[in-house]
Amino acid sequence: MFSYLIRRITYALPIMLGVALVCFALVHLAPGDPLVSILPPDASQELAAQMRELYGFNRSYPEQFSGWVWRALQGDLGTSIASGRPVASEVIRAVGNTLRLAAVATLIGFMFGCLFGFVAGYFRNSWVDRAASVLSVLGVSVPHYWLGMVMVIVFAAILNWLPATGMGSGDAWAWDWEHLKYMVLPALTMSVIPTGIIARTVRALVSDLLDQEFIVGLRAKGLTQFGIFCHVVKNAAPTALAVMGLQLGYLLGGSILIETVFSWPGTGFLLNSAIFQRDLPLLQGTILVLAMFFVVLNLLVDVMQTLLDPRIAR
Amino acid sequence: MKAMTAPLTAAQSVVQPLEKSPGYWQSVLTRLLKDKVALGAGSVILILFLMAIFGPYIVPADPYQSSILSRLKSIGSPGFPLGTDELGRDMLSRLIVGARLSLFIGLTPVMLAFVIGTVIGLLAGYAGGWTNSAIMRTIDVFYAFPSVLLAIALSGALGAGILNSLISLTVVFIPPIARVAESVTTQVRMRDYVESARATGANAFTIVRVHVLGNVLGPIFVYATSLIAVSMILASGLSFLGLGVKPPEPEWGLMLNTLRTAIYTQPWVAALPGAMIFITSIAFNILSDGLRSAMDNKR
Repeated sequence: MFSYLIRRITYALPIMLGVALVCFALVHLAPGDPLVSILPPDASQELAAQMRELYGFNRSYPEQFSGWVWRALQGDLGTSIASGRPVASEVIRAVGNTLRLAAVATLIGFMFGCLFGFVAGYFRNSWVDRAASVLSVLGVSVPHYWLGMVMVIVFAAILNWLPATGMGSGDAWAWDWEHLKYMVLPALTMSVIPTGIIARTVRALVSDLLDQEFIVGLRAKGLTQFGIFCHVVKNAAPTALAVMGLQLGYLLGGSILIETVFSWPGTGFLLNSAIFQRDLPLLQGTILVLAMFFVVLNLLVDVMQTLLDPRIAR
Repeated sequence: MKAMTAPLTAAQSVVQPLEKSPGYWQSVLTRLLKDKVALGAGSVILILFLMAIFGPYIVPADPYQSSILSRLKSIGSPGFPLGTDELGRDMLSRLIVGARLSLFIGLTPVMLAFVIGTVIGLLAGYAGGWTNSAIMRTIDVFYAFPSVLLAIALSGALGAGILNSLISLTVVFIPPIARVAESVTTQVRMRDYVESARATGANAFTIVRVHVLGNVLGPIFVYATSLIAVSMILASGLSFLGLGVKPPEPEWGLMLNTLRTAIYTQPWVAALPGAMIFITSIAFNILSDGLRSAMDNKR
């Protein structure tokens, strides 16, 4: 068990290094001079050289990479070219907003996904099961940015029940209705994907479990329906929770399209402005933080799953 | 039967089957044609392809012709059955002609990734050992990015444009396809018929071409078809962000983006291009599911 955890963690380290390398390479993939967006077109050679020196673009790639990783480890992701502010502080603020939205969406997805999955798995091949499988095909097929637009059209433009965009007044977030009402539409839109995927997983799990001999045994023993249900939940929980954890990671990284539709000031919004202002340090830093989040989350999910179900470690 | 009872002669020893039993792919097709839902999805895709090929010749109006006077007409306006967009261009014509670019940018990355990913996966799976580890660990790095993030990061760094969005989506889909290809190849490599081919002195290329490829292409192909819907959504999503197709070309994601300003004036016209993406991705998902169960000959 302990050795498994050590193995799993040492396995994640080279992946993290690789992820950092990909993020670093992004800037050098980009066509043109990375300084093009801040240097005036008539800038003198000296000024350009000075700026290159300042941002470290004049050194060799391995030197730049090791320096960048070393500073990143200390929490310094460089300076945004467009705003001149440290990338790390911009990313942290945006990640907080994205994380809040993605966490709520994942929770909604987990609730509905488990509900649909359990019902469909219990009543296999009934109309409920078929309806659930149709819904989950629709859920994984829908372009979520379009769903977001339809939500805005229905609930903001036509019914005028909820605000269409933004995160509410003021810079700080609070868990009151004044702020929450801004979250309803983006969170519901975002929850569609995890709902479909979790429903699918839970249905397969429940339907498999009900065929297992120990359930038949419990039934024969005369256990009540509720008692059997408890056994099914206990056995399905590790996998369902793992899928939920992974979905949170996907939503964190995949929120950019939904955040754009709802002008939610999170990482997607940040990435969008970084791309269109060609602010490469900001782009690099945001992607690095999101990808690292995803790697760490994967690791945590694996560890959690092993703790819940020690058979996996063997 | 005759060959078994009569004394064997050279000619008779080659037993000719009386009736040609249907081949694997033929039986897959037969099963697929019995699946009404998959057949429906297939017809939708056929119509979309016909729109993509013949669209420009059958549209009622010029999809590029803008007019200040007829901006944002509602659905059902005289002369504009599906209304007009923010520049007064006929929506019906743009949606039909848009099928060409939308399908192109959605399908091409999967096809390219299918070819490249299969080659990488075959190489890793057949070679095994160090080559396998080196390839698969590199692929794990790309797996560590959520697909949407990787697609946007790459095309954001490369800059807007169709070619760049095709490149970044191809890169996004290579790792999952290569992983599937690697795992099926590793399974097939251990089979007795591969072992015996090697024992008879066949070289690696022949073994892969004759014995491995035919047995791994099916599962990889089915997996690749299941990625088409995601690819359609992502490709149009990149255009929606302004990273893919550039105006004034008709493409559903881009149309959705430019019509966002109209959601308060003509909400249903603004939602139309997204509905096309939705329909396309449902159809591909259903067809892919149907194909998967038709190819499952264990039933």
